[in-house]
Amino acid sequence: MIPQPFEYARAKTLKEALAMIADGAKPLAGGMSLTPLMKLRLAAPERVVDIARVPELHYIREESGEIHIGATTIHYEVESSPLLRAKCPLLAETASRIGDIQVRNRGTIGGSAAHADPSADYPAALLALEARICVVGVSGEREIPASQFFVDAFATALEPGEVIREIVVPATGDDTGWSYQKAAQPASGFAIVGIAVRLRKESGRVALARVGVTGVAGKPYRAERVERALEGSAGSAADVQHAAAEAAEGVEASSDLHASADYRKHLARIYTMRALTTALSRIA
Amino acid sequence: MATTTTKTEPLIGKRIKRREDPRLITGTATYVDDIQMPGMHHAAIVRSPHAAAKILGINVKPALDLPGVVAVFTGEDTKDVGPVPCGASLPGLRVPHHYILARDRVYFVGHPVAVVVATDRYIARDAADLVEVDYEPLPAVADPEKALAPGAPAVHPEWPDNVAFTYHQEGGDPDKAFAEADVVVKQRIVSQRLIPSAMETRGVVADWRPGDKALTVYDSTQIPHLLRTLLAGALGIPENRVRVVAPEVGGGFGSKLNVYAEDILMGFVAMRIGKPVKWIESRRENFMCTIHGRGHVDYYEIAAKRDGTVLGMKLKLIQDLGAYHQLLTPAIPTLSVLMMPGLYRFKNIKADIVGVFTNCVPTDAYRGAGRPEATHGVERMMDILAAELNMDPAEIRLRNFPEPEEFPFATATGLTYDSGDYAAPLKKALEIIDYPRLRAEQRLARDAGRLMGIGISTYGEICAFGPSPATPAGGWESATVKIEPSGKVTVMTGASPHGQGEETTFAQIAADELGVSIDDVLVLHGDTSVVQYGIGTFGSRATAVGGTAVYFALQELKEKIKRFGAMLLESDDVSVTNGQCICNRTGNAKTLAEIAGASYRAMKLPPNTQPGLVSTYFWEPPNFAFPFGAHIVVTEVDRETGDITIKRYVAVDDCGRIINPLLVAGQVHGGVVQGIGQALCEQAVYDENGQLITGEFTDYAAPRASRVPWIETDHTVTPSPVNPLGVKGVGEAGTIGASPAVVNSVVDALKPLGVRHIDMPMTPEKIWRIINKGTNA
Repeated sequence: MIPQPFEYARAKTLKEALAMIADGAKPLAGGMSLTPLMKLRLAAPERVVDIARVPELHYIREESGEIHIGATTIHYEVESSPLLRAKCPLLAETASRIGDIQVRNRGTIGGSAAHADPSADYPAALLALEARICVVGVSGEREIPASQFFVDAFATALEPGEVIREIVVPATGDDTGWSYQKAAQPASGFAIVGIAVRLRKESGRVALARVGVTGVAGKPYRAERVERALEGSAGSAADVQHAAAEAAEGVEASSDLHASADYRKHLARIYTMRALTTALSRIA
Repeated sequence: MATTTTKTEPLIGKRIKRREDPRLITGTATYVDDIQMPGMHHAAIVRSPHAAAKILGINVKPALDLPGVVAVFTGEDTKDVGPVPCGASLPGLRVPHHYILARDRVYFVGHPVAVVVATDRYIARDAADLVEVDYEPLPAVADPEKALAPGAPAVHPEWPDNVAFTYHQEGGDPDKAFAEADVVVKQRIVSQRLIPSAMETRGVVADWRPGDKALTVYDSTQIPHLLRTLLAGALGIPENRVRVVAPEVGGGFGSKLNVYAEDILMGFVAMRIGKPVKWIESRRENFMCTIHGRGHVDYYEIAAKRDGTVLGMKLKLIQDLGAYHQLLTPAIPTLSVLMMPGLYRFKNIKADIVGVFTNCVPTDAYRGAGRPEATHGVERMMDILAAELNMDPAEIRLRNFPEPEEFPFATATGLTYDSGDYAAPLKKALEIIDYPRLRAEQRLARDAGRLMGIGISTYGEICAFGPSPATPAGGWESATVKIEPSGKVTVMTGASPHGQGEETTFAQIAADELGVSIDDVLVLHGDTSVVQYGIGTFGSRATAVGGTAVYFALQELKEKIKRFGAMLLESDDVSVTNGQCICNRTGNAKTLAEIAGASYRAMKLPPNTQPGLVSTYFWEPPNFAFPFGAHIVVTEVDRETGDITIKRYVAVDDCGRIINPLLVAGQVHGGVVQGIGQALCEQAVYDENGQLITGEFTDYAAPRASRVPWIETDHTVTPSPVNPLGVKGVGEAGTIGASPAVVNSVVDALKPLGVRHIDMPMTPEKIWRIINKGTNA
């Protein structure tokens, strides 16, 4: 890798990191997104601040019914966390499907969210979980719902000088079904289509359906038509098929070497059906 | 330590772990990029972003102004150097002058335009961005069939039809065979462009010593000696003042069986700046500028009798050559023609090749080099014929093999297959997979609406290149075996490996012949100042030709050992065994160390015998060797998504006698994975403007471990009569056998939908569209 010249500094504390970021430094954590761009000279930051070892950004903990995940938590930690596997298995499952084992041992949840690749896996799950993204800058902290965080391809609600501090997801119980289903791009491993589903049933009816979709369009989205179609239904095979048909309705699908827009929309329907079916089967 | 351990158990045929691996897996091997030299400079290359353009001007000043930059050279500076050589000759071949740096025009994306030399690699790379090249873009053509169409942009203005050559070959009476046939089947079959993707990219360190007028070049190459000869010519230096060293070479698959512009350019730079210079190819450059493989559009016709007996084959082969001829570019499709009959009794053949220039990087030898394309063609056609005649694909193959007693078997393409029992591996593979039960399972699956397929390929290949009259640069190979004064054994092979494990297999051969421990044998290669002239490692030739040279050098050496042994033991009846020379009458013995000591000390010499124990042998093979085998693949297609899952993969190969089953299995595994890659996902894609879309591993889909099935390997052994070891070759076999087996399997899965052929790569979307043809796609 031969990028353009840049200054590198490793922050020891969040405060130090924020000062450097406020000063224009680009934050680097796992380097799974930024360094390839620098290698290709598509990104040429003058200063890079390495936040991977800032202790205040690295944790997974439960607090009052929610799970807080520090921004520099690597995918493998999310995938293998006993807490997440028990109480937010959708996120653990999604992490387990990212890239390959090397990527999962370097890439971070905050880095993935902040990069906002429209084919990244996490955004689907964060949307389905109605996660909150807590961001911090020198002037303070604020929380952004996932639904407002992903603004466009490679664009987020982060303001200059801000960095993701943590991601907060709900702890879910046995009444919740979940599934992340993905068609992986054969070369990069990114999602051609990634469908994250969170469901809850009450008295034999689907009380809550949340469906996050990544890879299909220029930015991740909630398949609200699917959710509406399913909520209140018994969740039968016919209900699932009917709801899944809406997965890419009204969406302008992306098209590239690996999947045309038609095929992407088709896969969105198929994988939504599969994810809904799996999620329903997982409700205890 | 002046002892030589002895051993009695033969090593040939044993699963010996590769002696190369400890240094490779502990990161202590020395590749080109590990070489550091005092005063070493670094080069970066300015490359064309256009597939076709005129160069109106180049301004190097901004680059020269960057501190640390010592020189920038353009095509004007290097016009008298080179050209990049083409080693293949065909009648009427049009050979464009291949300057090492573009002059007034560029012909493909990545075409080298200038070289920047700096004190450090980062500065060189930064400065490359500062060179201002004024281009006038021109229309480009990237598709070989489009390049042949009237009015297509001319890649080289002097040849507006874009035809580099045509080649015709005929055997038997194909027109009569087709006229008399009960059935003729036709199919267009594409073997897409692939990117070889060696793990180590190319790299060169060139070091010019003005005082000695000598150039040393460290180069990641498969052919150090040929490179030396050709570099000397291109640079105008006497060959004996050029030394080429191939240090550890991290794979090549044919892509390093070449002489590239950068090899010559670094020699030029080193001579001009009077300092060592290093250039390491980036992965992106490797994708853009190192040769690609395959690139065929083939039109097949085969003629047969109603009972499935094949009569004749016609082939129109359109070869995408790219913009230039690299070392062997135009010769590769002729290998396809040689092997077009496959393992079958096609007595009548006709082939026409059109070699087409396109605005793409040149194609050249890539693992299999012409034979995977041929095998893919004939194996697809046999399945298409079987489907047409409603025959079982195994049965139609068994019907058309020559019998074992027909060998040596003359083909309609002029080859003589050395030895074979082609039914044996197929029958074994059918047994391993329990074919009747599998077909029954398939019937049940189909009844249940599942798309399950069973694919067979029975491949043959030409390897062990080869008799010299049939090769561009000599087809022999050399070996020197020395017994050092301490008794240690040094083998020097001209077949410089790049991952094959010859340091292990050749040591096995030497250890067995001398009866010494393998730990006493060292195999050297790759340095033209150390090793006698050699040809190199490619075309599944190293063991069959290079190993045989080692064998014959050992026979000569053993004769010399016996002369010294006879003198020391005062006997005329001695033999070499267990690391000793033994008197067959008394049982008295001298160790190799004792004999070596005596031979170098030379107090007394046997009659007409020189001191020392060294033997060099250049072995010329009388024929190629022809391995063969049968692969059977079970697949299942997801009707909803088009995804293909390989459920089982059985490979029964016959590569003659096996020196080391562990290495053979490794070769089969690697080859099969590359074949699966071509069948399922790999493709080099240029857009209509000649831009390479698959320019990184993020878009070029090399198969991942997670996609690769468990590969069940087995063997039959039909020794080759061509060499005394009885070995054939296995480096390319897996690649050749795999792609048709996988495609045949998927076509079989989709047979209930009326599918007859699918071109590679069989991407999920392509399969989905085929499944939904006429419905929603």
